[in-house]
Amino acid sequence: MNAPNQSGWKPAMIVSEDGMHNGPATTTGNRALMLEEPLLFEIGRLDVTGVDLPDIDTSAPTRLGGLARSEAIGLVGLTEPEAVRHYTRLSRQNYGIDLGFFPLGSCTMKHNPRLNEKMARLPGFADIHPLAPQSTVQGALEVVHQLGHWLCTLTGMPAVAMSPKAGAHGELCGILAIRAAHEARGDAREVVLVPESAHGTNPATAAFANYRVEDIPATPEGRVDVAALKARLGPDVAAVMITNPNTCGLFEKDFREIADAVHAVGGYVYCDGANFNAIVGKVRPGDLGVDAMHINLHKTFSTPHGGGGPGSGPVVLSEALAPYAPLPFVRKDTDGAFYLVEEENREERGPTFGRMTAFHGQMGMFTRALTYMLSHGADGLKQVAEDAVLNANYILRSMEDILHAPFAASGPCMHEALFGDKDFTEGLTTLDVAKGLIDEGYHPMTVYFPLVVHGAMLVEPTETESKAAIDQFITAFRAVVERALAGDEALKAAPYYAPRRRLDETGAARKPKLAYEG
Amino acid sequence: MRYLPLTDTDRQAMLAKIGAATVDDLFVDVPEVARLDGPIHDLPMHASEMSVERHMKALAAKNLVAGDVPFFLGAGAYRHHVPASVDTIIQRGEFLTAYTPYQPEIAQGTLQVLFEFQTQVARLYGCAVANASLYDGSTACWEAVAMATRVTKRSRAVLSGALHPHYAQVVKTMAHFTGDTIADAQPAITAEPDLEGLMARIDEDTACVVVQYPDILGRISDLTPVAEAAHAKGALLVVVNTEPVALGAIRSPGEMGADIVVGEGQSLGVGLNFGGPYLGLFAVRDPKHVRQMPGRLCGETTDAEGKRGFVLTLSTREQHIRREKATSNICTNSGLCALAFTAHMTLLGEKGLRRLAAENHRLACLAADRLAKVPGVEVLNTAFFNEFTLMLGGKPAREIVRDMADRGVLGGVSLGRLYPGVEALEHALLVAVTETTTEEDIERLAQELEASIKETV
Repeated sequence: MNAPNQSGWKPAMIVSEDGMHNGPATTTGNRALMLEEPLLFEIGRLDVTGVDLPDIDTSAPTRLGGLARSEAIGLVGLTEPEAVRHYTRLSRQNYGIDLGFFPLGSCTMKHNPRLNEKMARLPGFADIHPLAPQSTVQGALEVVHQLGHWLCTLTGMPAVAMSPKAGAHGELCGILAIRAAHEARGDAREVVLVPESAHGTNPATAAFANYRVEDIPATPEGRVDVAALKARLGPDVAAVMITNPNTCGLFEKDFREIADAVHAVGGYVYCDGANFNAIVGKVRPGDLGVDAMHINLHKTFSTPHGGGGPGSGPVVLSEALAPYAPLPFVRKDTDGAFYLVEEENREERGPTFGRMTAFHGQMGMFTRALTYMLSHGADGLKQVAEDAVLNANYILRSMEDILHAPFAASGPCMHEALFGDKDFTEGLTTLDVAKGLIDEGYHPMTVYFPLVVHGAMLVEPTETESKAAIDQFITAFRAVVERALAGDEALKAAPYYAPRRRLDETGAARKPKLAYEG
Repeated sequence: MRYLPLTDTDRQAMLAKIGAATVDDLFVDVPEVARLDGPIHDLPMHASEMSVERHMKALAAKNLVAGDVPFFLGAGAYRHHVPASVDTIIQRGEFLTAYTPYQPEIAQGTLQVLFEFQTQVARLYGCAVANASLYDGSTACWEAVAMATRVTKRSRAVLSGALHPHYAQVVKTMAHFTGDTIADAQPAITAEPDLEGLMARIDEDTACVVVQYPDILGRISDLTPVAEAAHAKGALLVVVNTEPVALGAIRSPGEMGADIVVGEGQSLGVGLNFGGPYLGLFAVRDPKHVRQMPGRLCGETTDAEGKRGFVLTLSTREQHIRREKATSNICTNSGLCALAFTAHMTLLGEKGLRRLAAENHRLACLAADRLAKVPGVEVLNTAFFNEFTLMLGGKPAREIVRDMADRGVLGGVSLGRLYPGVEALEHALLVAVTETTTEEDIERLAQELEASIKETV
């Protein structure tokens, strides 16, 4: 068994009689460095501002068409020292990758390099307008072009649509291109096939594009049931959407066979590229028959998750779908100058399906992702995939003796290890284990997804963890799992040491309070 | 490789534990034909921080920085001064490197920020409830149309001709696939928007009417009659705002009867960033519509000890629960941009926002007066906030914009670029003025515009 850390040092814990509190209550509710923070609306004032601006000259004429705002808006302000403290205190109630191990499966919480942040803030990228004359933003257009080239090369695909704003937006882009391609042939297909292990965004996207969604079952080995899928294929199937590597953390080894069968009935293959980080630099999805695949720059290419966005979801496209890509996109002319294809010169592109966003996509994420790619290079990206897969398999093999691992017998996993709650003492759940890990200082893994495994726990270590950090996590994870196996009731009330105990989510939904009143 | 902590010794020890001879043994499920035998061709090898920085700086240096020249571009993206503390706040690792707050006990920072953000947006828009943000203003605009079709069970949307044409394009693109009908129009080049014409297009099948405020030409007008006309036909009024600073000076859309208010939040905290990432704002006036809203919502609750806390709520609307029956396929929002927005708004407060808006308007009035004196130039608008339309007396605005750029002035957005092929709009120039504009900048624009008009045929 591994020690909690290499030195063997372990913090002393003073525990009071009730076993929960390590000291008397404080007057403030604070506990030393753990500081409570009121709502902005409880500390801000209407007559306070943290920005120096000229007083309003009420005698100056206005041209507001008689629409001047008279009533109070209710926006309180803070001075700079108060604001910095407010947000700093709030930040300390958050768990982030910078703070510790964050094995949230399918989300790829890898280190966010700070060079990326520095480059995105260069005024030459951050302080330029999307509609500036194109001769004045050649460097920005070149970034989009270079990043697109890397994405095409790494995936082995001929074209890329850069404008989608996030993974789900990228899915939509791919499915709309598929719909447009069928429409162009007058082929009114109605069905999109989605494996039951898919991310929820897949069926939501297909339904949005007016397709009927049909589930495809998984095999006991955690992969798409190829026979069932083939049996369902026919002239009404517009596309299949398959995540590869899939949400069970496994490579779909029959992907090429599936793609060929789908193509044979005139359908297209959408690959959800959320897990591309497992194979980047090792496998090109284009070699497997993919027609469209989105790439989450915030997963594979390390742009920060920011507490829930902004993401970025460029979509690589096959020759068959490329003509339908949305506007705008960047091209290089024969003189080496970059230019945008927009509505004005859309005939250059052919039958584009339209426009998905006001401007050109997530430029701030493009600069970060390109910086990351250049840093790693072709050799580094290959190592990224190898280390991510190595770390996940190491966790799988370090846990499988005590934790149900439904697909471990069938071979190695890819970048994430999947477990289930099968052997827990009745009454104890995956959620309890997750909350127990919080007390141990970890962000929990993804829980209850994918749906094909009961009480699923999806652990994705990523490549940016050291062996020591992973060993320490394994020690803690094993300890918490053993409590669940042994029926430790105390786990049901965890976490004890987080800024909050378990929160009443049912109550929050029953009587929604979505804004401050008062 | 500076981001990869494993050593070769570690890797060997881990492979031994796994029982694999080489790391390639872990990729056995990948068919042989699809495996690459070495680093991918056509891409460079890894590089030092210093050399990557050199490469990126060379690219950045090819762009003309807005802050280095007289700058007057708007049309849905505005250049405002962002207080220095905003960027230090959003670079706190606990905010920057957190995920969507699925484990609320250790995400109270993000959640409380979102609750405060939702409250600020709702109040700014004159609404009851705002969500935790969407991708940008244009996608928020489409989501509003989609929501209106759900609420009214009708499938026709009427777009004002003065809605940002890229927003209209997004709506039309999406509607083509959902089977909804979009009635759009070209903007009329008039001093005031043609609200009568707009209202005449609302019928019994209309789910919503979509109006921008201030509109794409910078015009502002009372939308109360449009709200009444829409409601009389059982339709919703969707108001789109691309400049939140304006709402520090002019009446809120909710106050005028808008049912759904959406917009772009980029002006506060986010910066220009060549068009993204930006911040979609989305709010509803009537709380009864909350369950039809798209996107994340943060709500107040209590923990097991009775302490106040916050959680993501009403997620039964969302894709990860409802799958194909979700209100939207949206997954993440624009969290870090929402943090930047709310931190900037907190620093401003009501007092600062009103002053900021007044300063924008004061400088815009100065600019309009000065530019109206340029021979051949007329200001179209009767009313405006910080952006207005210039008619260039038959001269092509696109060429004049390019010509002024060659002279080192970013003088505005030509409507010809936004409305290609519409002859009536080729001679119109959209000029935006913010607190970052100086009186010297305005004088320089007037001089270069005059020179450019003279030289352009």
